[in-house]
Amino acid sequence: MSHPVAPATGSGRIRTPLPFPTAAKPAVADTQLRANLHRATRTIRAKRARVVDEVPDWEALRDAGSAIKADVQRRLPELLEQFEASATAAGATVHWARDAAEACRIVVALTRAAGADEVVKVKSMATQEIELNEALEAAGIAAYETDLAELIVQLGDDTPSHILVPAIHYNRAQIREIFQRRMADAPADLSDEPAALAEAARAHLRRRFLSARVAVSGANFAVADTGTLVVVESEGNGRMCLTLPETLISVVGVEKLLPTFTDLEVFLQLLPRSSTGERMNPYTSMWTGVTPGDGPQDVHIVLVDNGRSAVLADPVGRPALSCIRCSACLNVCPVYERAGGHAYGSVYPGPIGAILSPQLTGVADNASLPYASTLCGACYDVCPVKINIPEILVHLRQQAPHPPAERAAMRVLAWVMRSPRRWAAALRLARTGAGPLGAYRERRTGARTLRRLPWPASAWTRSRDLPLPAPQTFREWWGKQ
Amino acid sequence: MSARDEILARLRTALADSPPPVQVPRRYRRVDDRADLIAALVDRLEDYRAVVHTGIDALPRLLSGIDRLAVPTDVPADWLAGYAGELHRDAPPLSPAALDDLDAVLTGCAVAVADTGTIILDAGPAQGRRALTLVPDRHICVVRTDQVVGLLPEALTRLDPRAPQTWISGPSATSDIELNRVEGVHGPRRLEVVLIGSGA
Repeated sequence: MSHPVAPATGSGRIRTPLPFPTAAKPAVADTQLRANLHRATRTIRAKRARVVDEVPDWEALRDAGSAIKADVQRRLPELLEQFEASATAAGATVHWARDAAEACRIVVALTRAAGADEVVKVKSMATQEIELNEALEAAGIAAYETDLAELIVQLGDDTPSHILVPAIHYNRAQIREIFQRRMADAPADLSDEPAALAEAARAHLRRRFLSARVAVSGANFAVADTGTLVVVESEGNGRMCLTLPETLISVVGVEKLLPTFTDLEVFLQLLPRSSTGERMNPYTSMWTGVTPGDGPQDVHIVLVDNGRSAVLADPVGRPALSCIRCSACLNVCPVYERAGGHAYGSVYPGPIGAILSPQLTGVADNASLPYASTLCGACYDVCPVKINIPEILVHLRQQAPHPPAERAAMRVLAWVMRSPRRWAAALRLARTGAGPLGAYRERRTGARTLRRLPWPASAWTRSRDLPLPAPQTFREWWGKQ
Repeated sequence: MSARDEILARLRTALADSPPPVQVPRRYRRVDDRADLIAALVDRLEDYRAVVHTGIDALPRLLSGIDRLAVPTDVPADWLAGYAGELHRDAPPLSPAALDDLDAVLTGCAVAVADTGTIILDAGPAQGRRALTLVPDRHICVVRTDQVVGLLPEALTRLDPRAPQTWISGPSATSDIELNRVEGVHGPRRLEVVLIGSGA
């Protein structure tokens, strides 16, 4: 390579159109949504904890998973070349896409070449990231989501709010209403029993599966030494798409690689327990190129960069590429539990989204996301590949642009805190100044906090309360005892 | 520059800090020391709402309730002993619509994993094409006790990575509606496992 090419940031649905605090406001105010989210995250947390506790070598598996992914990142260019060679030798065609638009162009062209005007889709974060459904629609190709939750979201003209359970924000009554309104063949007397709703989806999609000619999928893993792709699912819609159509197009982020087939022994233990809280998901499909007489005979793989090279370029933030999209971090996050997935803007919500999205777009374009966290560290504890999310959040906060008023205030604060004498004097001053106000607020509201400060400090109190200084410090109290 | 060359160049540039080599610690369990693998497998399968039968003698009874049965071309003859219903061998290959019309499919498997209750098909003997075990609503799978291993790492050593694989843990299920597990969406709604061989 004669000229080094600088890593580039990505495009697609990975930006939050509004600052996180603004985007989170409607969700936090929606009591139905918060109740749905609370029940769902609490349920998955408990299931995950139970099945993780029964694995005696869980920490050893996490260590292995984390190291394998670090190794993948270190050797990504050579592993990609190896994957391409293996998959090609097995009869697949490998394509490369610099960004979202290029990936979409490739899928549209392949669908047209197959003579199809519709595709069936397996749930895939990568295709959501590149906004493939919108691109297909613009090209006159209908895209049908076949995962039950994705179908609910698609029929509801909504966007997913969770990586694993995209319709987590709906309850059964809301789902029944969407089906009755938008699913032409839904039974007239459809009940809101989950079994009845699942049956309606089965009937709705059955003929489509049996006649589809082109399917689009993502992949959970891509194995470099064999050229194998792996898709993990529960309903069998994935198997339908991956098996019955003649043409299969898989959109795969370059970070999805594993060096060897044997490495699946680690990740297929880590993923199901971390994501759905099951010992194993009902179905896992693996295919290597084309198998004559079995499954799609025209197999394509689109390898997508779309900002991943920029993530790789930051040695501190790089481990975000280890993410296997299990969503365990979402389910333990106090911020996600209250704000829901939509507030993050990107297809990657929750703690992993708060570090991945800003790195994919460049921090300046997603500057509020690294602040969408309490830094409590619960996400790090549950991450099956040990991504130190709090550390990367702090690292990204340092890169985010700060307003001049905040920079000035922090400089003054740093000067004050550098000297114990100045600090004690400043505390004394603050106490004296705030004393009557604190007593007044305490009488009125029972709390020594202010809801609103005047400009420019209003920027700070927009999303938090300001605690007023206590009437006496611990040192003063200690001195009196 | 082609997209391929440009992406590879970007990634190489991104690794300018030359991260040090990584030793992968493989201290996790690779062999199971459990005394009774078969009992563990049955426990896990039933936990997933699969129905477990024991002994080849269970097959005729099971099959007698099935009118139209699909089988791979190389299914062992003794599995079908006494079967009086319509038998549909997958040669020439049955179309998806034809498969959709049948009541059940009978296959073998490559490996079964006790720890997770997973049955793995890799298109080997008595397993047939992937579509065969997907479209009919009921899958009857014969597992020989010598095909049962304890842990996933043991299973992977027995598999051919180049063969298309289907790993099955219980019948089709969804948890997308208020996280209630519902069995039976698009894949077979019923999974029945027949354990045969010594120790079954």
